[in-house]
This record gives sequence, structure tokens and C-alpha cells, in this order.
Amino acid sequence: MSNLKTFIIGGVHPPEQKLSATAAIRPLPLSKQLIIPLGQNLGAPPRVIVKKGDEVKTGQLIAQADSFISANLHSPASGKIAKIDEAVDASGFRRPAIFIDVTGDEWVDDVDTSPEIVRGFSFSKSEIVSRIKAAGLVGLGGATFPTHVKMMVPDGKKATHLIINGVECEPYLTSDHRLMLERGEEMLVGIQLMMQALEVDKAIIGIENNKPDAISHLQLHCKSFQGISVQPLKVKYPQGGEKQLIKAAVNREVPSGKLPIEVGCVVSNVGTALAVYEAVQKRKPLIERVVTVTGKSLSNPSNFLVRIGTPVNELIAAAGGLPGDTGKIINGGPMMGKAVSSPDIPVVKGSSGILLIPEKESRRKKPITCIRCSKCTVACPMGLEPYLLAKLSKLGMFDRTEGGHIMDCIECGSCQYTCPSGLPLLDFLRLGKQKTAHLIRTRKS
Amino acid sequence: MNDILLFTILTLGILGTVLAVILYFVAQKFKVIEDPRIDLVEEVLPKANCGGCGYPGCRNFAEVSVNAANEKQSLEGLNCPVGGNDVMKQVAAILGLEVADQEPMIAVVRCNGSHVNSPARVKYDGPASCAFAHQLFAGEGGCQFGCLGLGDCVVSCDFDAIHMNPETGLPVVNDLCVACGACVKACPRGIIELRHKGKKDRRIFVSCVNKEKGGPARKNCQVACIGCSKCQQVCPYDAIVMANNLAYIDFAKCKLCRKCVEVCPTDAIHEINFPLRKPKAEPAPADPERVDSLHVAGNKENDIQSDSKA
Repeated sequence: MSNLKTFIIGGVHPPEQKLSATAAIRPLPLSKQLIIPLGQNLGAPPRVIVKKGDEVKTGQLIAQADSFISANLHSPASGKIAKIDEAVDASGFRRPAIFIDVTGDEWVDDVDTSPEIVRGFSFSKSEIVSRIKAAGLVGLGGATFPTHVKMMVPDGKKATHLIINGVECEPYLTSDHRLMLERGEEMLVGIQLMMQALEVDKAIIGIENNKPDAISHLQLHCKSFQGISVQPLKVKYPQGGEKQLIKAAVNREVPSGKLPIEVGCVVSNVGTALAVYEAVQKRKPLIERVVTVTGKSLSNPSNFLVRIGTPVNELIAAAGGLPGDTGKIINGGPMMGKAVSSPDIPVVKGSSGILLIPEKESRRKKPITCIRCSKCTVACPMGLEPYLLAKLSKLGMFDRTEGGHIMDCIECGSCQYTCPSGLPLLDFLRLGKQKTAHLIRTRKS
Repeated sequence: MNDILLFTILTLGILGTVLAVILYFVAQKFKVIEDPRIDLVEEVLPKANCGGCGYPGCRNFAEVSVNAANEKQSLEGLNCPVGGNDVMKQVAAILGLEVADQEPMIAVVRCNGSHVNSPARVKYDGPASCAFAHQLFAGEGGCQFGCLGLGDCVVSCDFDAIHMNPETGLPVVNDLCVACGACVKACPRGIIELRHKGKKDRRIFVSCVNKEKGGPARKNCQVACIGCSKCQQVCPYDAIVMANNLAYIDFAKCKLCRKCVEVCPTDAIHEINFPLRKPKAEPAPADPERVDSLHVAGNKENDIQSDSKA
């Protein structure tokens, strides 16, 4: 098994800690009140089209995407619009949100809620894209890029491969793993739909070798789907990064500052593939997703099928309650996730996991000086020099960070993970990225 | 042996002379003629190179000043905040011009979200950089407009004029401030503002920049401006403007009457370096010196307790 494919430069191997890997996906009961933040997708937030007091049904459009890079929002349950106000998001900032008082779960009429798997389809390319757009799909891997934009290949470019990301390289998280096991067939139909929309004849599902059950399960079903193959990959973080996965799966390198379509690839998450199936075959909008709730002290690490807008503390309660020694609640995985400022925040389209870190592990190491060991440079999967870029960002020299290709940083955190001095490398890289992006934008305008 | 020596010396000597002659003519041809007044102006400037004037360094300010004198015959819009009016008069004298006196300015920290007023709900142990923390989260106390207390302003100050008060966790400006504006630029939340120093260093300002409605603002911080506009109604000089649930005192119009301070229900308006008011019920604190020193240090919590609410 040693000659398994993987990406070449950098990477680390943190302890996998997949505590909830055997926990089947459970639907969570509906919450009393749902909070739907507007800015759930990358790009412009959609425009609210309901008002206070309106009755809404499950799956009804409540916010319309006006600009190109934006995604529709639908009501995750039936009920009444309580208010349109500001709600605290994961970082503690107040952002506009729609509050819905839930009364039941009455779906809008055109959604097919039956559990049967619909395999056959005869949709044209534009029909698939318009249904994806109507359902408000975004990339469920965490970056929340609107899927319909991804499905439209720019003029002059040609996609050759659709790569499906089932890597789930983040420690702890198991939502994609469980989805592949439990909803594999539907997912494969979704992949076929995406292949049709992109006009490609090859789709590769990249799965890390620590999920042998998912690999064999999908390999079995793949036989009845033409053009789809499963590619087992060596376990290495951050293989779930778009550029790393392309390198691992088809051995192509995305040029600096370019999108994967430049090398003929489109990458999509397994969760998104399933959502595409539901959106196109069942006309079901994106109103729920699978969220892993896990942690070492948690009594019952679980994978829940949750409606968007459910408060995180209800998820934690359903997984056995908040352990007393919790020091930090992380939205996402331990490597790329961010600590939340309050457990009252809602689940959004991009939440893949809720991770509870015990108090004794939640503290950072006290940073000491850089000893120039260059471990971060070795670990960086993008071939950058994190120690230098972090220092330049700290000093505010954003002209030089640009030359150091800071915009290529994928914020995977491998540098900070390996740093023996405990330096906040990723933190300053994030800051530098933001400021450099601002610099580039101002220069353009 | 001697031949080699002689040859070398002669060759190098002749080469040197020829190149010197060429360089002389080139230097004459491409001579940079600089106004000698630039050097004179630079001489009187403070040479702090702080950039407070808006130009990169004192030399550049001198060049701009001389250019302005040549082209517009006035120094309007040019001011060295560090040197103040004295230096600007000297600059004007060198250039044969007149300058109007500028009101001296000072940096003011418009947040009072101390550990007491806005208790921490989460703990931050990331890098000590406000710029980073600002993009990461709202703040330990929960206020997304308030001071993060990580000291980017302190690092940016070249004059040792701003320090963190460990008790409150807020920066404090002292008398060394020359209003260069470095901290104003360093603060990612725009809390610090340059305001008129005021007569006898007396200042009144709204110590809050929270644009939220009253309820959420007060939830995070006891001394937040809730936008009740009581101060605006009581102000006899129309100096207070309300915008985004926040009062702002225009320092150009404020006559330091202190009426707004009395009516503010959340103690969000601060007065600095004012004499003690006459006690209403209880006698004022016995030691006026202590109160004075607190004023200079800008310890606002004590200001309120010992001063306006005594």
C-alpha cells in the first residue's frame, strides 16, 4: 500500500481521531426557532424577499440571489418569520439574519420528499445548472462557493475531469465518510449530473485510505455508473485542498493564482454531489446538511442531519451535552476551523463539524523565537515560506508578502502545526492574505 | 620589476585623471539644483520622521513646503503636528510667508470597555495583534466595535505617548502625544481619534464608537452609547450629531459646557481635566492631586466616579 497516490510537496499527518466514524447519520428534531444568516455563501449575500409575520413552508425561497456569485436561501422548516434582524455569527460579529419561529415541517409542493432513489434523468446542461442555482447550492466542503458558478465552465476552457472530494483529511470530522457509506448511490447519480453539466466523461472520487469501507462501498456501486472511478489516496493532510487533490488524483499542478479549470479539472465535495442529486432529481433546496459533533470528552460523538439555522447548542445537547471540561468549541475541524464565541450560533451551509476541545488541550503553546528550523517550509503544501511571510505580515510589509505568493496560501495550518516554537504563523498569514488582497484590489481600481 | 611598477602606476594614474575629467563634466551637465531653503526648513523640523504631516519624513515635508511656497505662496494645508505652531512659524519665516495658528490636537481613545464595564465572555490567547484579532472575532467582551486591548496603537507610537493600562485593559494617552496620527491608523476599529486639545487641556468626548442599537450595545458593555440623543437635546451649541445610534461631539463647536456629561444615562460621555464639581450629597474626594493625576492618565472609570458623579 506504500505506492498510493498523494500530493508531493509538504503536508503533515496529525492524529486522525475519527471518533464518530461508526456513528450512523441521525436526523435531529426540528428546533423551535431557526436563525438563518444571510451571508452563508462566498460572494454577495442574497436579498431578503420575505417580511416579518409571513408564513413560510419548508423549502420556500426566503432570500433571492441577485448577483452572479451568490446563492438562494430557503426556509429550512415551515413556520412564521419572527423578525429580520442581526444575529451573532461564529466570530461574534452581528450580521443580518432571518429568524423563523418553527411550527411544523410542511414542504412546498414541487419537492419530491419520497425516499426512493431516482436514477434516470434526461436533463440538458442548462437545466441542471438552473436547478442547482434555484436550490441555492454552495460547496459543502467549507468554502461555500456557489455551485452553479462552478458548473459553468468559462468560455475557451474545457474541463476533462470532475474530481469528487471524499478525502476528509481534517482530523475528527466524519460527515463526508458517513455520507459516502449511507448515501453512496444517490451521490453517484449526483456525480453523473455534474458530469453532464460540465460535459466531462471522467469523474474521480478521491478517498483517503483510512476509510476502506467507503472506498469498497463506492467501488462496488461505481460499476453501474459509467466513467466514475474511485481513487484511494495515501493519508496526508491537507489532501482535501483543491490543488492538492488535483495533484494527487490526476498529477496536474494548478498554476499560481489560477483556478482548477486552468488544468481542466473541477473539484467538488461529496456532500455537494449528494446535494446536486437532491436539487436536480428531487427539486429539494439546500436546507439541511450533515454535521459531525465530536470531541474527546463528549459522551456520544455523532453525525447529525441538521436543518440550516439550528443552534449549535442543540447539536451538542443531542450528542450527550457539553462536557464540563470543554475549553473551546470549534466550528469546523481542528486544523482549519475557528473557535466560536458562543454556542448559540446557528448551523450554516458551510458548517461541517462542531468540535469540543477539552480545557487542557485548548491552550496555545507560549510562542518563543523562530529557530530557523524550516519545518514550516517543509510542511507547506504550497511550497511557501511561512516563517518569512508571517514575519513580513507582522511588520506590515504587504508589498513583499505579495511577491512571496502569500495569496497562494490555502490556510491549511500545517506550518503552525509543525512549528516547534509555537509561533502563530497561520494567524499572521491570514492577516497578510487579507491585507495583501486589499492592496491588490485598491491597485486595480 | 621596476618596469612593471612604473607601467602600473602610469596606467592607473592616466586612467584616473581621464575618468576624473569625464566625471567632472558629467557632474556639471547633470547637476541637481536644489533649493537651499529645503535644507534650512528641514533643519528646523523636529526630524521625528513620524509621517504625522501626511508626508514620508521631514525631508519630504520640507520639499513640499518649499514647493508650496514657490507655487501658491502659502503654506495652507501643511502642518507639522509634532513641532506645532512654533515650528510652523519658523518654517514660514524661512520661506517669507505667514501661517495661521493651528489648534493643537491630541489622540483620544473612544472606548471605555474595560474589564469591569465589558467583562470577558471568551478568552483570546492568539497573537497580540489587534489587526489579526479584529478579523478573527468580535472581542472578548462581545462588542464588535470596542477596543481589543492588544496594543497595536502602543506599538505604532514613536513618542512613547500611549500605554496599556493593565487594570482596565485599555490604552491611555499621555501628555507626550504630538497628534501624529500613527495610532489612529494602527487601530483596526477606528477607536482613536485626533481631537482639539482644548483650553487648559480640557476635553469632552463620547467614549464609545458602538453603532448598534441601545439593547445589544448595552448587553455587551455597561458604558456604551445607546443613541438616546439626550445629549443632543441638551446641547446649546448644536455640537452633537447623532448617526448610526451613536452620538458624536464636534470639537470645533463644543464650548465645554459639560451639560451633555450630566444627562448621559450610561456615562458614555467623558470630561477630562475639568475641576471638580460642587458635591451634591457627599463631599468630594479629599485628595485633589490624585484626581488630577488620574485625569492626566485618562483613567476614565475613576474620572466618572470621582468627578462628575461625586
